[in-house]
Amino acid sequence: MGISRRKFIGCLGALALGQAAGVPGTAKGAAGKEFSGWPDSLGVLHDITKCIGCRQCESACHRVNNLPAPETAFDDLSVLDQKRRTDADVFTVVNRFDSDRPVFVKTQCNHCLEPACASACFVKAFEKTPEGAVVYDESLCVGCRYCMVACPFNIPAYEYHKALDPRVTKCTLCHPLLKEGKRPGCVDACPAGALISGKRDELIAYAWQRIQTFPERYVSHVYGEHEMGGTSWLYLSGQPFSRMGMREDLGTKSAPELTAGPLSAVPIVVGLWPVLLTGVYAISKRKEKIAAQEKQAAVEQAVVQSRKQAQDQLETLRKKWEQEKQSAINFEVKKALEEAAAKDPEPSQTKEDE
Amino acid sequence: MTDNGGQTVRKLWTPFNVIVGIILAVGGVLTLMRFTQGIGAVTNLDNNNPWGVWIGFDLLCGVALAAGGYVTSAACYIFGLKRYHSAVRPAILTAFLGYALVVLALHYDVGRPWRLPYPIFVSQGTSSLLFEVGLCVFLYLTVLFIEFTPAAFEWLGLKKIRAVVVKLTLILTIFGVVLSTLHQSSLGALFMIAPSKLHPLWYSNYLPVYFFISSMFAGMSMVIFESTLAHRYLSRHMDDTHHRQAFGVAMGFAKAAAFVMVGYLSVKLVGIAIDGHWQYLTTGWGMWYLVEVIGCVALPAVLFAMGVREKNLKFVRWAAAWTVFGIVLNRLNISMIAFNYHLPSDQRYFPSIMEIGTSVFIVTLGIVIYRFVTTRMPVLHEHPDYPAH
Amino acid sequence: MNTLFFTLHDFMVHTKGVTYLIMGGILVALPLFWWFLTERDDEN
Repeated sequence: MGISRRKFIGCLGALALGQAAGVPGTAKGAAGKEFSGWPDSLGVLHDITKCIGCRQCESACHRVNNLPAPETAFDDLSVLDQKRRTDADVFTVVNRFDSDRPVFVKTQCNHCLEPACASACFVKAFEKTPEGAVVYDESLCVGCRYCMVACPFNIPAYEYHKALDPRVTKCTLCHPLLKEGKRPGCVDACPAGALISGKRDELIAYAWQRIQTFPERYVSHVYGEHEMGGTSWLYLSGQPFSRMGMREDLGTKSAPELTAGPLSAVPIVVGLWPVLLTGVYAISKRKEKIAAQEKQAAVEQAVVQSRKQAQDQLETLRKKWEQEKQSAINFEVKKALEEAAAKDPEPSQTKEDE
Repeated sequence: MTDNGGQTVRKLWTPFNVIVGIILAVGGVLTLMRFTQGIGAVTNLDNNNPWGVWIGFDLLCGVALAAGGYVTSAACYIFGLKRYHSAVRPAILTAFLGYALVVLALHYDVGRPWRLPYPIFVSQGTSSLLFEVGLCVFLYLTVLFIEFTPAAFEWLGLKKIRAVVVKLTLILTIFGVVLSTLHQSSLGALFMIAPSKLHPLWYSNYLPVYFFISSMFAGMSMVIFESTLAHRYLSRHMDDTHHRQAFGVAMGFAKAAAFVMVGYLSVKLVGIAIDGHWQYLTTGWGMWYLVEVIGCVALPAVLFAMGVREKNLKFVRWAAAWTVFGIVLNRLNISMIAFNYHLPSDQRYFPSIMEIGTSVFIVTLGIVIYRFVTTRMPVLHEHPDYPAH
Repeated sequence: MNTLFFTLHDFMVHTKGVTYLIMGGILVALPLFWWFLTERDDEN
């Protein structure tokens, strides 16, 4: 991958690299599609080994962003005794970590290539701009704070004490200044050369060159090159990053990759569930109908049968009755004949009968 | 709760009314504080812990426990189990109230509640799972509302419009199941964006599946649990059909719930195996995980099974309450307890008394409305003019 | 697709947006087709 040196705006002096640039963070889509971020987007390299903890960057940040002055002045370094994080009106903080000698680390939004906050936002209030900055649009924000849940670096803060118009706040990478071709406020203010701005690709190459040139000074890791799919802020350090509260277990998968699975299951449910459920309904309905038909058939048969039975019974009764009637007639006839026969020849016999 | 059953004299100062009155008054004060001084004034939320009980309990548990609506109506109208008919209306009412209260609770939790329609009507952040949840909850609330209107129409005597809505029953039921599948599972998928914050025992690619399956037995248990309470306090509003079918409904749902719970446990087991997370089970978090999964899913499933075998309604009712507790524990674990597990204890979240008070206020509101509706509209009994269709 | 996307996020916002519209269409089309399919079924 070649490196374009146009529009180079950082204070990146010694860029005499002959080797290929580090692979920028890439994010894979569901179908294996790869996205390598906006071309020539900008970033900042923070060389932790050079930071002296003067808090000039914090001061500049407040000035550029018109943030309210903090309770303790920026030249009061006692605040470094406690660990701080970004807050509603503090976009960047410097923390001190003590090992054999004090180490200072600046923290602010890392401006992910595939921002978790933007992926999580259900009103598109966050945008990854072509310049590299991740910016927030207050006019859309509902205030659900899912961005804060999603951010792996715990950066966005919320104005919890505003009743009517609370905002999410975070570093903007001085997006308006970047668009004017200027450097972010903190980079401009750094007296120690611990912050370098420039094109992200070139910064990565420069960082690796530093590591190779001074292997005893740095750990062999450019933090932000691949973390969560890569970030626009990059870090060089003399000791493992996890010792300075920077998580090394975030993985290289970007936020949209993490949610692509469940998101693509959604339309499948819409396509198949109605078909399946209507099928179940049709089957249960049909079963009901067949059961009803069978019941009716059984009833009809029973009726036919009982009717036939009744008829048979009637028939036998009638036959029997007719038989009886016939025999009664026969009997009567016989009796009459006998009587007639008896009257003429032997009257004496009648007497005998009486 | 009023024990004047049937008499026209209605006492005002019953214990129920007094307690409810106090809760509603406190809720009113909290509401005022929330909307004049901001979220920070009433909650313990901070920049590291942006979601508390208002999301963990009111939203996640509220939606899970309102699943009885889609489960019961699907059983009756799609699977053709007519003997569940008398359970459909109370379940639909509970679901509708549940979702309505979820939306009400969201008005407290989000910073600018009047913008809640934004994701649907102004700027669609389609890459967000929360967009999916929002859209589905909005649509499902509408579906539930339409599904419940026949009861209101019968109460008001609007025969024609009632007949139209009744004709839509099947399609509404299918829509309801589709929308429920989507948002129940998406609520779980919300946390998939933060693998670095949720403890590995709870984080899984199966999170949406876990949430959907558990919503089924949550819904069934809630129907049983609710009917237990309704039989105790609202019995005089029930008709013979309801009384006659209630035992069968409880037993049927108990059987279904027990079996679904065993399926859920199976998928959970597969989830642990597929990610190779066995080693976490022996840690402190592992013990807590087992309390949830064995203590609050496996054991109540066994109690359900015993209740079904012995035809013992008491077992079934206790198992239902236990399962509901287990669901609440699961949702709180994922959203609060095992979330941000890596932070030092002084940065962890614990709800303020005012946050809990607001949640209690919202649940109480639900009970009051349920009681108002069931004592007036034909929910627990059939309207004499409209026998079962 | 002519639109060029540089980030997976932008790509997903676009494709999921299209998908949601299709889903709405499916939900309308399926019941209508079912009705078309079964309209002449006689009641016996």
